[in-house]
Amino acid sequence: MWQKIKVAFHKLGSPAYFYGFSGRLLPWLWIAFGGLAAWGLYQALFVVPPDYQQGDSYRILFIHVPSAWQAMMTYVTMSVLAVITLVWRIRIAEIMAMVSAPIGAAFTLICLTTGALWGKPTWGTYWAWDARLTSMLVLLFIYLGIMGLYAAFEDRRKGARVASVLILVGLVNIPIIHFSVEWWTTLHQGATIRLFGESTMDPSMIEPLIYMTIATKVLYAALLLMRSRTELADQDRRRAWVRQRVAGSTARG
Amino acid sequence: MMRALVALIGRDLKLAFRRGGETLMPLFFLFAVIILVPLGVGPEPNLLASLAPGMIWIAALLSALLALDGLFRSDYEDGSLEQWLLSPWPLAVLAATRLFSHWIITGIPVIIVSPLAAQMLYLPAEALPVLVLSLLLGTPILSLLGGLAASLTLGTNRGSVMLSILVFPLFVPVLIFATGAVSAAADGMDPGADLGLLSALLVLALTLVPIGTAAALRLNLE
Amino acid sequence: MSEFLEMGSHGFYVWTSYAIFFAVLAWQVCQPVARHRRLRAQLIEEQALRKGNYEDEAR
Repeated sequence: MWQKIKVAFHKLGSPAYFYGFSGRLLPWLWIAFGGLAAWGLYQALFVVPPDYQQGDSYRILFIHVPSAWQAMMTYVTMSVLAVITLVWRIRIAEIMAMVSAPIGAAFTLICLTTGALWGKPTWGTYWAWDARLTSMLVLLFIYLGIMGLYAAFEDRRKGARVASVLILVGLVNIPIIHFSVEWWTTLHQGATIRLFGESTMDPSMIEPLIYMTIATKVLYAALLLMRSRTELADQDRRRAWVRQRVAGSTARG
Repeated sequence: MMRALVALIGRDLKLAFRRGGETLMPLFFLFAVIILVPLGVGPEPNLLASLAPGMIWIAALLSALLALDGLFRSDYEDGSLEQWLLSPWPLAVLAATRLFSHWIITGIPVIIVSPLAAQMLYLPAEALPVLVLSLLLGTPILSLLGGLAASLTLGTNRGSVMLSILVFPLFVPVLIFATGAVSAAADGMDPGADLGLLSALLVLALTLVPIGTAAALRLNLE
Repeated sequence: MSEFLEMGSHGFYVWTSYAIFFAVLAWQVCQPVARHRRLRAQLIEEQALRKGNYEDEAR
């Protein structure tokens, strides 16, 4: 059994195998995302009753909070991949770490814009220089910095390794974001959902939130595989496997 | 053995003084900000006093940013960095030494003239010691983080643009805690919490940044 | 129905948020798809060129 897992893991390290495997996995991920998001959004928009304080504007929560969580989760995942990149120099990990940055930036952008749109009706302002908001903005710039640094190197593999060092430096920001609502007295409300212990949220709201959270995780996985395949094929464009699988020809070469 | 490090600092300082302008630039920046902002927003003492911590700190950020691009570049281009790899000293120690000279050149002048700048901006006298303390704690962090960013962008062809993009988010927490401490002191509150966080950042940066810089230099020299 | 769209006068904020979510999502999907297509087109073109050259040599 252990042996089998090890073999499967090593097989995934081969670009051609990874390309084929992820291609077969992707449709299933999209189906899963579609189902979860459809059910979650149906509940969020039609089933859950309006909040007694905020009215209907709190329905933004069901995309704002999962995106915020995913923006941070993406960074943590990317940091693990960065460690693998620096220690074992596994190429697939390098690529997955690098393509995580634009995905994480997208989730951060969603989080910031939906947060602004939620802030206007509840706080009366789109933006506040609040610890949570500022640290999230810093996260966006860190993501952009990682993308820029990676793109600035001609040698992609070297770029991936240098950018991995930056990823690990930026990791300091993640606990700051997480604890910002507890360390400073801020406008942004504290966490109302806890994995362990009592949540301070109405039970009817939790179900769609859980569906949307899982949906964003699946979405991240799908986007990650899509981007990784493209990046891999682009880097290996002179190799035979790319010619065979991507261009769909049997040309020798 | 220590002589090598002292010689390295001596060489960096000598080079900076020979170029002349480089040592005066941080001071020029500080005074440019301190003179231009009152002309821009008006000479209202209360307004200037509330802006003072931020303005002095932004000048400190800019002056740290000034000399960053050249921090490792010329040594990278003429091969001196490869000599560093061969030295008996660990690369992290040599990198930390270089960052220390960067702090001497860009940080210390700002700290020395900051009381004068604070006077010109009507910063309350009781906030002055906190300002100087925040600069003492904060400017080394700026040099460390900036040096790390400089070592990361070393192998890229458009280093200086990348450098400012990378440095910007890294400097944000320093700016927040430092100006928070000074503003608290100016309002008669206890600046201890912010100064404590700033010291924590300094300790963290002092221990981790030299290692990170060494790793980045090594990757760029491959 | 219009009551549902209005969301108790917060309709603009709720619907814009959802629209942004799906717009960013669509953009994230389109980017790699477009890049993949471009790569594929380039590779097919290169192959055609290479074949063309071989034919020239043969003649």
